[in-house]
Amino acid sequence: MSEITVPVGELGAQTAARRRRIPVSLVIGLCFFVVFGVVVMAILRSWITPHDPMAQDPIRGLTEPSGAHWFGTDQLGRDVFSRTIAGARTALEGPLLIALGSMVFGNLLGLWAGYKGGKWDTVIMRWVDLMWAIPSLLIIIVVAGAVGGGYWLAVGLLVVLTIPFDTRVVRGATLEQVPRPYVEAAKALGVSDARIMVSHIWPNVAPVAVANTFLVFSGSLVILAGLSFLGLGPPAGTPDWGLMLSEGRQFLFVNPVGTLVPGAMIVLLATAMNLIGDWLYELLARRGATR
Amino acid sequence: MSGSAVFWYVVRRLLAMVVLLVVVSFAVFSLLYVSPGSVIDVLLGTNTRTPQLVATLKHDYHLDEPFLTQYWIWVKDAVQFRFGNSIVSTLPVTDEITGRLPTSLFLGIYAYILTMLIGVGLGILAALRKWTAADRSIVAGSIVALSTPAFVSGVFLLYIFAVELPWFPVFGGGTWFTDRLWHLTLPAIALALVGSAYVLKHTRAAMIGVLDQDYVTFARARGLSGRRVLFTYALRNALIPVVTISGLILAFVITGAVLVEVTFSIPGIGQLLVQSATAKDLPMIQGTAIVVAITIMVSNLLADLAYLAVDPRIRLGGRPA
Repeated sequence: MSEITVPVGELGAQTAARRRRIPVSLVIGLCFFVVFGVVVMAILRSWITPHDPMAQDPIRGLTEPSGAHWFGTDQLGRDVFSRTIAGARTALEGPLLIALGSMVFGNLLGLWAGYKGGKWDTVIMRWVDLMWAIPSLLIIIVVAGAVGGGYWLAVGLLVVLTIPFDTRVVRGATLEQVPRPYVEAAKALGVSDARIMVSHIWPNVAPVAVANTFLVFSGSLVILAGLSFLGLGPPAGTPDWGLMLSEGRQFLFVNPVGTLVPGAMIVLLATAMNLIGDWLYELLARRGATR
Repeated sequence: MSGSAVFWYVVRRLLAMVVLLVVVSFAVFSLLYVSPGSVIDVLLGTNTRTPQLVATLKHDYHLDEPFLTQYWIWVKDAVQFRFGNSIVSTLPVTDEITGRLPTSLFLGIYAYILTMLIGVGLGILAALRKWTAADRSIVAGSIVALSTPAFVSGVFLLYIFAVELPWFPVFGGGTWFTDRLWHLTLPAIALALVGSAYVLKHTRAAMIGVLDQDYVTFARARGLSGRRVLFTYALRNALIPVVTISGLILAFVITGAVLVEVTFSIPGIGQLLVQSATAKDLPMIQGTAIVVAITIMVSNLLADLAYLAVDPRIRLGGRPA
């Protein structure tokens, strides 16, 4: 029999290139730049702050932006620009921990609920529905008030309170995977349940989970900043964007820039994370990774 | 669902609410024992510890009785909305709460109305002008609004409209109706921003879906005016997803209300909760927490009833699309 040869050399290269190209618009590029900038600020803060964020100068007091102090000084004479840079740390630490923590537990619970189904699924989803309706901020305020507050208590509570969101998303994605032939094949081969969930199903579910984690990060950032704003977060004097916004409220008349800039940073970082999370979702849906 | 089926649905929900309230009240009551330090220390607050005061506290709070007996005594009073006296002001907790409740309710309802007006209005506009510059800018604006916490937008609004352009007052809740309206406009807008972004997203998506439907095309082909088609047919169907997320919106409004009340120094329940939490005023925390929990549950029930009313498919026993 004669061989049928099809000259697919060039076609192959073109197709591969098209598959590799990821649509990155200008906006998304900007978002990544913002996130990168904040990470740099958090890590390199001692090197890039022009003044010591904690150095007080009570005699100077509240001043407007000037050549030496780009964002002015707060009521204790501290340089706002340096404090804004230093504040990047609390803005990243807590939300990152919450996002990762709830991702780990949420993924496990979601995989379990989706794969096992039946009683497990009902119980877990009932719990998720219950938690869905509870405003986490209020719970944290009440508990912080009774037990004594603090940044890390809030972070711990938020991890627990955010797990339901991840669980729901991962469970949905798992349910789409379970009827697939590869799962049935793995079961037939006698692969253990745990191994199927973690090694076989999860890699297909992971992209959606990661996209969701960005959104969780954004949400946690907002809640933690709110707690700092209310005075239930890091101790007074810590350079923290929420705290700076709260302390600066009374000085809106004198140094508005110093008060509004931390707020703008919160919005910027949260927006960037939200946009990246949404973009990842779209990207993965289009590439069929959720199917 | 027939009338009696709806009635039994409400009864079941109310029973579930009662059970949930019992759980919440137990948790709130236990806070007293979870706090570090002995119960007496917490109840003393900043007062000096004298034997007479300790004895009075032991008697008033029945601290020598077993835990469950104490809980029962507390619940009996709580059901009649008597939560004891505040540690900080020594005035009855209930008086403080009832004094502040109207302001918070006013703010909440005002913000909810604004949320729906802005969200649905702009959502419809964006859907009608799909993919045009107006649509893109509205969607972009909504993403920023989504990411702006209520206190940040509150401070920004405070700066622009109360400091720079003195159109609105900087703090306070106002006294009579129009004064309240004026005082609470900025806070209500700040509160409404996040919720309206979600409502906008869902309205726009639902509206785009509805406008693609055959019955809309048919109505237009029959010569019905655009406005009639929009309001009589398309809108109702597009609003169903919005009603389903109204529970979520409510959570945003209540959470944001706490932050906004602190930002604008409004004497409401939210500010009370924060103040009592910072001061560790346990009876006040307990009373406020119960009141807030009741508010959330009642509003969720109302939202679910609204969903029943709006979507005839649910009422008549079918499954939601």
